[in-house]
Amino acid sequence: MSVGVNRLPAPAGGVIDRSRTIGFEFEGRHFTGYAGDTIASALAAHDEWLISRSFKYHRPRGVLTMAGQDANTLVQIGDEPNILADRRPIVEGMVVTGQNYVGSLEQDRQSWVELIGRFLPVGFYYKAFYKPKWAWKYWERYIRRTAGLGTVNLDAHHGYFDKEYVFADVAVIGGGPAGIAAALEAAKAGLEVVLVEDGARLGGSLGYARFDAEGVRGRQQLRVLAAEVEANARIRVLTEATCTGLFADNWMSVIRGNRLYKMRATSVVVATGSLEQPAVFKNNDLPGVMMGSAAQRLIHLYGVRPGRKAVVLAANSDGYGVALDLADAGVAVQAVVDLRAGEDSSAQARAVRLRQIPVYLGHGLRKTVAGPGKHHIIAAEIAAVEGEGRLSGAAATLECDLVCMSCGYSPTGQLLHHIGARFAYNRASHMFEPAVLPAHAFAAGSVNGTYDLEAVLGEGRHAGWAAAKDAGGQVGGEPARPVDKGAAGVTHPWPIFASDSGKDFVDFDEDLQVKDLVNGIADGYDHIELLKRYSTVGMGPSQGRHSAVAAVRITAKETGRDIATMSVTTQRPPYRPEKFGHLAGRVFEPERHTAMHHRHVELGGRMMLAGLWYRPAYYGKKEDRDKAIREEVIAVRNNVGLIDVSTLGGLDVRGPDAAEFLNRLYTFTYAKQPVGRSRYVLMTDQSGAIIDDGVACRFHDEHFYVTATTSGVDAVYRLMLFWNAQWRLDVDVANVTAAYAGVNLAGPKSREVLRKVCSDIDLSPEGFPYLAVRMGTVAGIPARLMRVGFVGELGYEIHVPASMGEALWDALMAAGKSEAIRPFGVEAQRVLRLEKGHIIVSQDTDGLTHPYEADMAWAIGKSKPYYMGGRSIDIQNRRGLTRKLVGFTLDDPNAPVPEECHLVVKGPEIVGRVTSAVISPSVGRVVGLAFVAPDQAEHGKTFDIKVAGGRIVQGRVVPIPFFDPENKRQEL
Amino acid sequence: MPLGLLKYGLRKTYPAERQIPAAQPLRPTYDVVIIGGGGHALATAYYLARDYGITNVAVLEKGYLAGGNTARNTAIIRSNYLTPEGVKFYDMSVKLYQELSQDLDYNILYSERGHFTLAHTDAALRTSRWRAEVNKHLGVNSELIFTDDVKKLCPALNCSEDVRYPILGALYHPPGSIARHDAVAWGYARGAARRGVEIHQLTEVTEILKENGRAIGVVTNRGTIHCNKLLQAVAGSSSLVSKMAGFRLPIRTIPLQACVSVPLKPFLDQIVVSGSLHVYISQSSRGELVMGGSTDPYGVYSTRSTLDFKEGLLGHMLELLPFLGDVKLARQWAGMADMTPDFSPVMGLTPLENYYIDSGWGTWGFKATPVCGLTMSYTLANNKPHELIEPFRLDRFVNFQQVGEKGAASVGH
Repeated sequence: MSVGVNRLPAPAGGVIDRSRTIGFEFEGRHFTGYAGDTIASALAAHDEWLISRSFKYHRPRGVLTMAGQDANTLVQIGDEPNILADRRPIVEGMVVTGQNYVGSLEQDRQSWVELIGRFLPVGFYYKAFYKPKWAWKYWERYIRRTAGLGTVNLDAHHGYFDKEYVFADVAVIGGGPAGIAAALEAAKAGLEVVLVEDGARLGGSLGYARFDAEGVRGRQQLRVLAAEVEANARIRVLTEATCTGLFADNWMSVIRGNRLYKMRATSVVVATGSLEQPAVFKNNDLPGVMMGSAAQRLIHLYGVRPGRKAVVLAANSDGYGVALDLADAGVAVQAVVDLRAGEDSSAQARAVRLRQIPVYLGHGLRKTVAGPGKHHIIAAEIAAVEGEGRLSGAAATLECDLVCMSCGYSPTGQLLHHIGARFAYNRASHMFEPAVLPAHAFAAGSVNGTYDLEAVLGEGRHAGWAAAKDAGGQVGGEPARPVDKGAAGVTHPWPIFASDSGKDFVDFDEDLQVKDLVNGIADGYDHIELLKRYSTVGMGPSQGRHSAVAAVRITAKETGRDIATMSVTTQRPPYRPEKFGHLAGRVFEPERHTAMHHRHVELGGRMMLAGLWYRPAYYGKKEDRDKAIREEVIAVRNNVGLIDVSTLGGLDVRGPDAAEFLNRLYTFTYAKQPVGRSRYVLMTDQSGAIIDDGVACRFHDEHFYVTATTSGVDAVYRLMLFWNAQWRLDVDVANVTAAYAGVNLAGPKSREVLRKVCSDIDLSPEGFPYLAVRMGTVAGIPARLMRVGFVGELGYEIHVPASMGEALWDALMAAGKSEAIRPFGVEAQRVLRLEKGHIIVSQDTDGLTHPYEADMAWAIGKSKPYYMGGRSIDIQNRRGLTRKLVGFTLDDPNAPVPEECHLVVKGPEIVGRVTSAVISPSVGRVVGLAFVAPDQAEHGKTFDIKVAGGRIVQGRVVPIPFFDPENKRQEL
Repeated sequence: MPLGLLKYGLRKTYPAERQIPAAQPLRPTYDVVIIGGGGHALATAYYLARDYGITNVAVLEKGYLAGGNTARNTAIIRSNYLTPEGVKFYDMSVKLYQELSQDLDYNILYSERGHFTLAHTDAALRTSRWRAEVNKHLGVNSELIFTDDVKKLCPALNCSEDVRYPILGALYHPPGSIARHDAVAWGYARGAARRGVEIHQLTEVTEILKENGRAIGVVTNRGTIHCNKLLQAVAGSSSLVSKMAGFRLPIRTIPLQACVSVPLKPFLDQIVVSGSLHVYISQSSRGELVMGGSTDPYGVYSTRSTLDFKEGLLGHMLELLPFLGDVKLARQWAGMADMTPDFSPVMGLTPLENYYIDSGWGTWGFKATPVCGLTMSYTLANNKPHELIEPFRLDRFVNFQQVGEKGAASVGH
């Protein structure tokens, strides 16, 4: 089976395994590659260069970097969109398609957009489509349709992703020469080192770049360094792992396979290298035009010949190395076109001259010439450089199917940007380099503007040493820092040759040409951040990796500013796009189940959410909901019912100052509350708004057991801790919500039921009266018992250790069998409490309701010097109410039942709302609570409720409780 | 092909039109100085010039134009608020937005998408009904809908019951829209500049000059200027600037983060918000998913990004849209939200005479841009608060007249 016409023999192809072939499909055709191939390298081996279509003009695009750094090779695999074909390894049977075309990748029916490109100037969206107004609706639909790259399948399978924590003394990001040297040096100090490498193996440029005329040095050096790392047990190496973000305090996200590693390191060395930058000329984007380093990666990493006839556009000695590599791979190098006038003195350049490869000094590329369908280039036009960005008229055309660009670099500084490093323009190297690094972060190698290999290794060692010292390692003497970084003459200050006819792309992701930036600046967007937003330069999937520096150069020139006073646009995480699945991981959503959860499910309980808890709403079938709730209510009123109240908050407040503590936190008074009694608690915030309620049970002079609402207890506990710290009272607070399970046994027959399982407490009305609390045993389980009246019947709340909750439930259900005990849910409880006129905080109150508005003045201890919110409540009460919560019913028995949050209106004015309403099974009519205007709040007054459909229904204010107005039943 | 673009294709040289004025020297005095160069400041300058003929105005921006929260928000526009004061105010904003491209002669890419605030609990259903009822009463199109309708209107959502937080219903607000946020600011800047307003970027106010309880000018990094009236419109730095003016604001400043995906072919036409899951999402005209969540857990003056924000957000996002596991996030960023106790803004007059304030926007600044410009220009021109912003006065916090809008927050804060 052929693995491609362009496949080179070993030793080319350092990362592929020639013993294993892999078959895959691209655009409906079958291809074979080697294990270790990326999609792009396997296709290139078969001379397939057209991989995708560009965002705006649907230009044919192919390999640019072979490093997963550009958006030119975005493909789709099944349901997964926007995959970098030059990074994703091939897998047997993989089905790959190109993106962003209509028809076929080869014959994209939308490539006509390019023909009207001249009518689509920079910022064209803002300049048209909105006149006349109706036209926008049409254009908007069209523009929206053309947006986007890959496609999403709404039925796609949710794959498996997980996370792992990693800790390191020193983390080194980047496994090239600088990173390896740093890791080895840091490990010497006895520290745990993690070395993170984006590629399939360590080495970075050592694996593909040409550091000498013979082309042996990089690979030799790599063998030595890799062996050292291998032998070092202190270094954990993660290959094919991408550090996507560096956050505060050296917190890092590293993605590898389907796992997100979350790594914390004491200090970090960033050795992420640099990105080769494209030159700008006409048709610099078409398949066949690539970075010099991309061609070298194809050859040395994947064993693929990048073309047959090549032109190398060089502005540094690396370009000559590329020419040598190409020649060695059997590519006919037509010429090295050097932007510089002077002869390159490197060994590589000398070797090029020795091999009699034509060198055009002081020349540049005017354009490449495209073949049929622009699917590949067939020639390049060269011309002499006359001045910055200017070429002479006379031109030569060189036949070629490959143009390699080696004109300079820009540091891969994203991670340093993430943690707030400052970058500054270096006039000598023509690059933006890190100038100020934050604490505990170090940089080495070409990310730091260092290019000479010896200097890179030296700087790596120094950074490793410094990071180890910073992390507290036992370091030896300080290694020497390189004197000459070798950065001079590596990056050309102006590799930009605008074409009169355009297609001279600065940003491949966004199809932006030189004129787009120039015109954007002319439109007034002359700050680089404004230009970015107006033109979208740098906003594509590769986030300006290859356009940011060029955009600054163009802006500096157009505005006459000194580039050294400017900066590149801010780089934000992630370094490379991250899958949502990686970030989400396995998604742990905590669920809280009470001790009796399974019993509810067995009994047919319909579970509803209450914060993180699940509670039974009612017991029975969904379609019988109303009937079930009604029967549960009636059971409690006439017989006996049992509800799980375990989710209610429980807080043990102990200490000599416990009563004083509650006095300050809650509106009522607790100093004189007798032991063995409970008292209502109402908490307001400092603005006087009601935030929680419950009861305080005094079991001892210095011990209160305070309940809180299910959703409020966490906030209440937080406030208790906060104020306890502020006031420094002698109090200890424990949140025992989850430690206790609880039930409310309620109904006229509850005493009979309880008697069967509780013998150590006098349950007589005199021995255990209403509002009393006791400790004892129920069914042999140690319990806290309280007589409460929330549902308005004789009842006992029984709290037991959570581990015994199910046993308690079973014992009570068994004991109540002869009384036909019935479990009831939250919905029935809501009805029962409403019949008694009790509020539910946050349903019958809102974020601003104070106690007087809620008609709860009775719950305020007026003689206290202070309680939280008291001052605000007093002030608001003095100013007069603006609304009041009242009980109401409807005069018209046939009127529709208002729903919660239907408005109370006075003509156009909204004066309040219904907060609760229900047809009461016990009193046989609609009962509810509503906020009304103060002048409507007297008993007997009426008000208008706007119900469904805008109909007005009259409500009448009536006294509460609606049921058992004398509250006799709960006091039995 | 729209005719407006023909000239660009047919002319030999690009017909450049300077929309943002070039840097120019500061003059010693102005009628009005506006501190801040974001959307609100520029809109105010625009309406001052257009409606009141006040053009001797300087807009001072410490960084680049509209580079603060105007550049960092998720561009959602809606008026489905909870309080009548909020609803009326934002309804006016929506109406202004609907005409803004024509008004500014600049396409802000206003796009009506429909806005869904999902309810996963019965408490959320109640709040949704409350908002719907208030909205309808004031003529704003909102409706409480239940799961079946959610599914019908927004088929991409996972409406299954077999998830941690099943969707029980939603507040559906058909006028909910998105727009190109930068374009709003640029359009106002262009309109203001054409009428004579000066826009000074890279101009930072370092001191506010006062005399007898009146504001009389500012000291900047480029020199001192005097003026008759001063407006601060500096979301994210409101407390810091008001401190220079000599009064305190009841504001806590907390980072609010957001992120976008790599562009995808459109599949989500609606704006979806879930309060319980702390997420909101829409798909932009570029095909990017624009996503945000709740504010950070603590206050800090920093726009740094965090990892846990993304982890939490995307975890919940995949509950709602489980098919997005292989979709990729391209970029995250942060803005600074000025949170007030009642979640309503602080606007109007201040204890310092001639000094006006537009602040406390929390997470709602962008959607209020036009109405802020309209009402603040009125307030400056007449030295009395516009009736729409009267309830948002600063002294409401000492007078217990808060405008409780927390219930209309997209997500928990």
